[in-house]
Amino acid sequence: MTGTVVETRGLTRRFGDKTAVDHVDLRIAPGEIYGFLGPNGSGKTTLMRMMTGLLTPSEGSATVLGTDLPGNAEPLKQAIGYMTQNFSHYRDLTVRENLGFVGNIYGVPRRDLSARIDELLVTYDLVGQADQRVGGMSGGQRQKMALAAAVLHRPKLLFLDEPTSAVDPETRRNFWEQLFDLVDEGASIIVSTHFMDEAERCHRIAILERGVKRIDGAPPALMRDLPAQVVEVTGRDMRGAKARLDPAPEVLSTAQIGARLRVLLRPDLDRPEAVVRTILGAREDVSAEQVDPNLEDVFVAATTPELAA
Amino acid sequence: MISPRRILAIMKKELLQLRRDRMTFGMVIMIPLVQLLLFGYAINTDIRHIPAGLVDQSRTGLSRALAQMVEATQVVDFTHVYATPEEAEKALTVSEVRAVLIIPPDLLSRAVRSPSIGAAPPPATDMPAARPVAQWIVDGSDTMIAAGIRGLRGMPLGELFRKSVNTPVPTFEVALFYNPEQRSEVNIVPGLVGIILTMTMIMFTSAAIVRESERGNMEMLINTPVRPIELMVGKVIPYLLIGLVQVAIILGLGYVLFDVAVQGSLWVLFVVTLAFIGASLSLGLVLSTIAKNQLQAMQMTVFVLLPSILLSGFMFPFDGMPVPAQWLAQFLPATHFMLMIRGVVLRDAALMDMADGLIWLGAFTLVGLIVASLRFRKRLD
Ligand SMILES: Nc1ncnc2c1ncn2[C@@H]1O[C@H](COP(=O)(O)OP(=O)(O)O)[C@@H](O)[C@H]1O
Ligand SMILES: [Mg+2]
Repeated sequence: MTGTVVETRGLTRRFGDKTAVDHVDLRIAPGEIYGFLGPNGSGKTTLMRMMTGLLTPSEGSATVLGTDLPGNAEPLKQAIGYMTQNFSHYRDLTVRENLGFVGNIYGVPRRDLSARIDELLVTYDLVGQADQRVGGMSGGQRQKMALAAAVLHRPKLLFLDEPTSAVDPETRRNFWEQLFDLVDEGASIIVSTHFMDEAERCHRIAILERGVKRIDGAPPALMRDLPAQVVEVTGRDMRGAKARLDPAPEVLSTAQIGARLRVLLRPDLDRPEAVVRTILGAREDVSAEQVDPNLEDVFVAATTPELAA
Repeated sequence: MISPRRILAIMKKELLQLRRDRMTFGMVIMIPLVQLLLFGYAINTDIRHIPAGLVDQSRTGLSRALAQMVEATQVVDFTHVYATPEEAEKALTVSEVRAVLIIPPDLLSRAVRSPSIGAAPPPATDMPAARPVAQWIVDGSDTMIAAGIRGLRGMPLGELFRKSVNTPVPTFEVALFYNPEQRSEVNIVPGLVGIILTMTMIMFTSAAIVRESERGNMEMLINTPVRPIELMVGKVIPYLLIGLVQVAIILGLGYVLFDVAVQGSLWVLFVVTLAFIGASLSLGLVLSTIAKNQLQAMQMTVFVLLPSILLSGFMFPFDGMPVPAQWLAQFLPATHFMLMIRGVVLRDAALMDMADGLIWLGAFTLVGLIVASLRFRKRLD
């Protein structure tokens, strides 16, 4: 392996006059979990589909596990696993039947197959559902089954498109532990999400917005290198506070999160919390303090036009 | 290159899905059953018991005897009696009856001069020429009914005068080799095998690929290493078995209910049927790669089914069709099958006699599978 499992060069896909993915350059190293973070419609699924050969790029190219795309993607299929965003296994088959089907299609050695399926049923906590039809299971159970099916043939590279959208927080934690186990076993994983906490667990992420890659890097580095300072404002009437802060030239952006207001300010200011207090005027019921940037701030900064420039 | 294991996996999956899809599973059994009963009993080309009217202007013993004689042929039943021809015409217009027999007042004088009595020599020149004894007015819109009545035109009348008829010597002697009693079921039951198989086989497979997309399984499927030809073959084989089950149902019931026995060997029947099922299935698969959803697949099935019923020789004799229609018919697998299945079931035809048809169906199957595989793209764009 050359040190990259995936490289994309100006990868672009248009649907009619809409550009779903816009000149994306990526370089993904083996053995890491690489996250695509972006809201719905930002092009995560389209990007994954181009990287697995399902969609032909309108422009640009990619090399995935040494296979050049666009081109014959068939040699790639055996080496990758793909968990689609919408459940795409057979709902009228049981978990075991679905896994058996996948195993046979990928040519998992016959004598290993049933042991492998049993192992996956245990790992993904599906023993009780093994002979239940998939259509009657919960969304979370289905997603666990889909992950089991995607890793069944031990692919070198795993694509997971919003794999935890239907699971509760605890299952999500287990899910991610299993992803780290897979990485320990030597797999590389590309995962898309719109959850910050999931993105934070990735080794590296790329933030996508309207098909454009705004920024990429390791989450701690992205937070450290945020070109802004963060002040958190708490108190009453946050909407009024936001209205005063937004027009100020020192303020880059504001975002209300519950009863708090996160304010991004220019990086060159001394004592940013004092700046905020000044803008808000003498209000006793409001407190402002500087805090460490989190990934949400990185996301806001990356998708704010003045900041991204 | 082609992996039998993957084909088997797809077959198994199709069979499992089929077994759990009660609707489809029911159709496998119910379609042949219902269609056989429907067609077997309803399609009857022998014209019998047409509702007819009677206008008796003669009102004599002779006219009553004539009416009875006509009814005795069983072609018509006199369900209504009218006083005047005008009244009868009105009844014909509103379809109360399909034909009316008008017996004129001068029935007796017409009858004695009628050549169908066989008595009188050609009339002298001063006598009025022989005229028909009575008149039929017929609703000609249904040609079968009209033909049935027209068949009564030359009915011998000798019996009217209790006099033996000097039966004319026919121009031709006709010996009926197969189906001597001329029962239409004998022709319809084997033909139905072709029609029902066309319907079910194309219907099942034309939805086969579309269904994978509609149920959202396509994205998973095209991400696997499965090859299109493996997918196509794997999807066809389970339906081959189902087709054979349907044939067994139709021919079994045909024997029990309609007394249509298979004259030929079951082995020949098996080969011929298998060839036809294969051709229908691969045609269905090609349609499936064209259709965007199951509704379109259904419409395409009907599009093929209709000519298969009308042009294949099932309804109308192939040889009687205009040449362009024959060309079109030649393209349909059902046409070749119709010829062969009737051959096997009714005449004990041998495989060698049907080599042309078999080769054609085999080639059709192969080309269909290849076209479907080539059309199937493992891409979403
Ligand atoms: N097959 C398609 N035809 C037309 N537009 C599409 C198609 N697939 C995706 N898009 C559009 O491209 C954009 C990106 O979609 P997608 O890749 O699904 O985003 P995400 O996965 O991040 O939600 C969306 O605006 C979507 O409407
Ligand atoms: Mg998506």
